[in-house]
Amino acid sequence: MSNVFTLLLARESRLLFRRPAELANPLVFFAIVIALFPLAVGPESQLLQSISPGLVWVAALLAVLLSLDGLFRSDFEDGSLEQWVVSPHPLPLLVLAKVLAHWAFSGLALVLLAPLLGLMLGLPLRTLPVLLLSLLLGTPILSLLGAVGAALTVGLKRGGLLLALLILPLYIPVLILGSGALQAALQGLPAAGHLLWLASLTALAVTLTPFAIAAGLRISVGE
Amino acid sequence: MTTPFLEAVALACERDWRLLFDGLDLRLEPGDMLQVAGPNGSGKTSLLRLLCGLMQPTAGQVLLKGASLQAQRGELARNLLWIGHAAGIKGLLTAEENLAWLCALHQPASHEAIWQALASVGLRGFEDVPCHTLSAGQQRRVGLARLYLSPPPLWILDEPFTALDKHGVAQLEAHLAQHCEAGGMVVLTTHHSLAQMPSGYRELDLGQRAA
Repeated sequence: MSNVFTLLLARESRLLFRRPAELANPLVFFAIVIALFPLAVGPESQLLQSISPGLVWVAALLAVLLSLDGLFRSDFEDGSLEQWVVSPHPLPLLVLAKVLAHWAFSGLALVLLAPLLGLMLGLPLRTLPVLLLSLLLGTPILSLLGAVGAALTVGLKRGGLLLALLILPLYIPVLILGSGALQAALQGLPAAGHLLWLASLTALAVTLTPFAIAAGLRISVGE
Repeated sequence: MTTPFLEAVALACERDWRLLFDGLDLRLEPGDMLQVAGPNGSGKTSLLRLLCGLMQPTAGQVLLKGASLQAQRGELARNLLWIGHAAGIKGLLTAEENLAWLCALHQPASHEAIWQALASVGLRGFEDVPCHTLSAGQQRRVGLARLYLSPPPLWILDEPFTALDKHGVAQLEAHLAQHCEAGGMVVLTTHHSLAQMPSGYRELDLGQRAA
């Protein structure tokens, strides 16, 4: 059982590394969106600093969403998903491995890139640990929730926009808590409350969404 | 009467408000080979997917050893080898990596057995080649190599002969017949008439049923 989990992780990583452009695109998107804001609103550090918590989080959210559209597409088209569904292994476990592998190479890379972009926006050094931690806790939720939408829309020809419409409203709690944590840190207040809420949402997402993703895939494959 | 291995009772299938077939009964017992025939769009693939549990029937039910399919997904999964129109082969992975993953997912096999199976389908020397560089027929062979790896008893194959050359077709026909003679079961769709038929061969023509 756990053997299949690690094998699937290895397989997905191998697939991602053989197509590095797909890994890089969301990261470049994230960096460009954040770099555009100083150009648009002007380089006043005070203004940038006050909008940066929301800005970093909205950019991260859109970057994750962008990367999720194709999450199950190729597996759907080449018949891999059918093989997963008819295999003796529990489908929720397989999709959890798939999403985790995807997160490790897109979400985690985004988390590591964030402090650099935070500095560009004039965030003080003391807030960077909170930025890192909030994204580290928040991006897995974004990936897992987004995967539910990706599973439901995988059979549609142009599911991209529908995916965004389905999933963006569900991202609101994560957005509020994540940017709230950063806002608190920026004002010198403790951010632990926000972070703990994010952590509990992460635990909830890791345990519950695989079942929803599996159910969505069964529907898409059964069409 | 003994309980058949796989049984369909009064099966009906509807796609996009169009009734493909209804009241379809079939029984499958060890040694049987069932060729599902019929014109394009008559529901051949749909029937196969119903038997695999990938789709839900509009009416009727599929029974595995006398019990409903829904209640025993695990049991079906251990007994079934399904190769659909797309066989689940990743173009970015090599033939060996693809087969190793499919084996890990369904039927554990050793490294040597995987190389042996690839050699059996005529892919010796192509083990380390990414599948997107292989021809359509060679890619099909990678998927079919699973049939040579201590496979489960029930094979459900959708158009397994597509893109295979003459020699490949003959070899696969012989392998399918041999599997049936040894007590296995095969359900397949194909448009060409088989040259080698096992004793348990039957044909189900979905086109004639509708007429």
